[in-house]
Amino acid sequence: MHSNLPVAVYTPDSRQPMFTQVLKEIWRDLKASRELAWRLMVRDIRAHYRQSLLGIGWSFIPPLVTALIFIVLHSRKIIALNETSLPYPVFAIVGTVLWHIFVYSLTVPLKVVGESKPLLCKINFPKEALILSSFGQALFNLGIKVVILVLTVILFKIPLTWGMLLSLVAMVLLILLGIAVGLLFTPLGILYTDIAQGFTILTTLWFFITPVVYPPPVEFPLSLVVMLNPVTPILVGARELATGGVVHNPILFCVMSIVILLFLFMAWIVFRVSMPIVVERLSA
Amino acid sequence: MSAGEPLVKVEDVSKKFCRDLKHSLWYGVHDLTRALVGHDRNRGELRKDEFWAIREVSFELRRGECLGLIGPNGAGKSTLLKMLNGILTPDKGKITMRGRVGALIELGAGFNPILSGRENIYVNGSILGLSKREIDRKFDAIVDFAEIEEFLNTPVQSYSSGMKVRLGFAIAAQLEPDVLLLDEILAVGDAGFRAKCYDAIYSILRNATVIFVSHNMGSINRMCNAVLLLEKGNARFFTNPAEGITTYFDVADRSRATGGMRYSDGQALIENLQIKGRTGMEDIYCGKPFEVSFELWLSPKIRSATVTLTILSRDQVPLAFTRSEKGRIMNTGRRETVRFLSSQLTLSPERYSLSITVFNDDKMEQLLWYFNVASFLVKGELYSGAPVTLLGEWKL
Repeated sequence: MHSNLPVAVYTPDSRQPMFTQVLKEIWRDLKASRELAWRLMVRDIRAHYRQSLLGIGWSFIPPLVTALIFIVLHSRKIIALNETSLPYPVFAIVGTVLWHIFVYSLTVPLKVVGESKPLLCKINFPKEALILSSFGQALFNLGIKVVILVLTVILFKIPLTWGMLLSLVAMVLLILLGIAVGLLFTPLGILYTDIAQGFTILTTLWFFITPVVYPPPVEFPLSLVVMLNPVTPILVGARELATGGVVHNPILFCVMSIVILLFLFMAWIVFRVSMPIVVERLSA
Repeated sequence: MSAGEPLVKVEDVSKKFCRDLKHSLWYGVHDLTRALVGHDRNRGELRKDEFWAIREVSFELRRGECLGLIGPNGAGKSTLLKMLNGILTPDKGKITMRGRVGALIELGAGFNPILSGRENIYVNGSILGLSKREIDRKFDAIVDFAEIEEFLNTPVQSYSSGMKVRLGFAIAAQLEPDVLLLDEILAVGDAGFRAKCYDAIYSILRNATVIFVSHNMGSINRMCNAVLLLEKGNARFFTNPAEGITTYFDVADRSRATGGMRYSDGQALIENLQIKGRTGMEDIYCGKPFEVSFELWLSPKIRSATVTLTILSRDQVPLAFTRSEKGRIMNTGRRETVRFLSSQLTLSPERYSLSITVFNDDKMEQLLWYFNVASFLVKGELYSGAPVTLLGEWKL
């Protein structure tokens, strides 16, 4: 009967297993952690909204406020921007909503893992659950924000097309990119609080080098900065899809999508390798 | 059931720790970068501020066996438990665990205070590795065990701390593990619930291996059939728990001898306190004569005094008491030797401490109070856990 029991072996061996082995382990842990991830996600979302008066209002307010500021600045000619193909309010609202989807998914892994610190140093559970739970929470957040996008499109009488549905794919890619960056910094962020502080500054700066409230610049050197920014093609693509149903630069968009998936995979492995080392320092 | 294959196998396991947080975090970053570029981490060497929290520990456990982990605070007990649970990886050696491992290291892990008891049962159950179907099946048993029926839909933040612990234990008790890791948590909750917890653990023990960390030697002695004594990371394995416990007491005494607390208002003085066994023998044995003697000086104002002796357990529980008759100890104006003699000591083999008080007979005022003033070891047959040994005869 003993031979049927699962066996766990713990040794100091830190050599990395083969690539296929890693894939297998990730897959195994993902399957094992689905239920836990779901529970954690439901727990966090419920607890969050049960203790809030405005509830999901907090998903609407920040992007709308940001958009409003730029709409006012733009209409008063305080800032001069290149002509946008869309009415500027639509352009700005869709842009800031998409940006907030990205920022949310960027910060959610560190938040979820950070809140699980006491758990991490007391109980052995698949850490994949934390990633899945982060992804789930980001999707939930996306679901709420899509409502604003739909209302904006209807309110400004943008003609509806089937291609608009594709924008959901672009938004999921935006989330995956955010999660990948977030995951990459999570192990360090668990050790040092500096990372969380740095994220705030990083996102503010990043906002200005991403064409969120202004169309992609054509003049060098700003055009290069914006182009090298991985968020640009996905965010611009998502906005084009959400408001027109077509992407103007499909090749760049597709290339970036593949790059994002590879990047996510890399960040995932970094997370897997780092977490045991980080947990050791938590309980020290 | 085959008892052949060990469920827990620990081979020469060592683990280092860092005293300083700044260094610790920095070593973390260092280890992290080394691991990411695929280098080995030099785990066998100590860096600045590091020390071995666990050194070359080895043991094996089979189904039905219960190992008690004992030792002073900071001896590495929790570290070892965390390694067995896979939370920490050993720096040297190898650990092999077979079967489902259930850890009662922290009760109610992941409880969210805002959510109801019902919701938290599912969250905590999932964290412990129970599937939704398992939790559904065991839900009523959990609620029943925790005795929280009417608070099921109340947020956990308004539970009393006892209720939270009960709920946490009730969930963990449903694990049906092959290996159970237990960390001292039974010391909470009211007496009735604690008894219930022990019942639950005993029923798990019948079909599993248990590793149990506790400072309560009574429960170690009752539950375990082997003891691992940890002291500053070094381990000694005892197949006889009583022997391990006695050794631990010696260790604990060496590391922390208390001088006790002495109070006197100057009207009485005690010197030359001696606690002995039979005349001419220093060692004290259970079932043999026992003597306490000291020199007492009383101020001339006092005509006679009453002396009390209290024997306390290691946990400061008074176990035995005696008092001299009123008027028996007269003040002669000189230093007199006061003796208490018992022909047969009924205290079980263990270490105890002694407190002495002296009262003025006329006013019943306390003249002197010496608390934990001396400790003594009662030798005899091995440790039983019960403070009193019944002296008598068995007949057939």
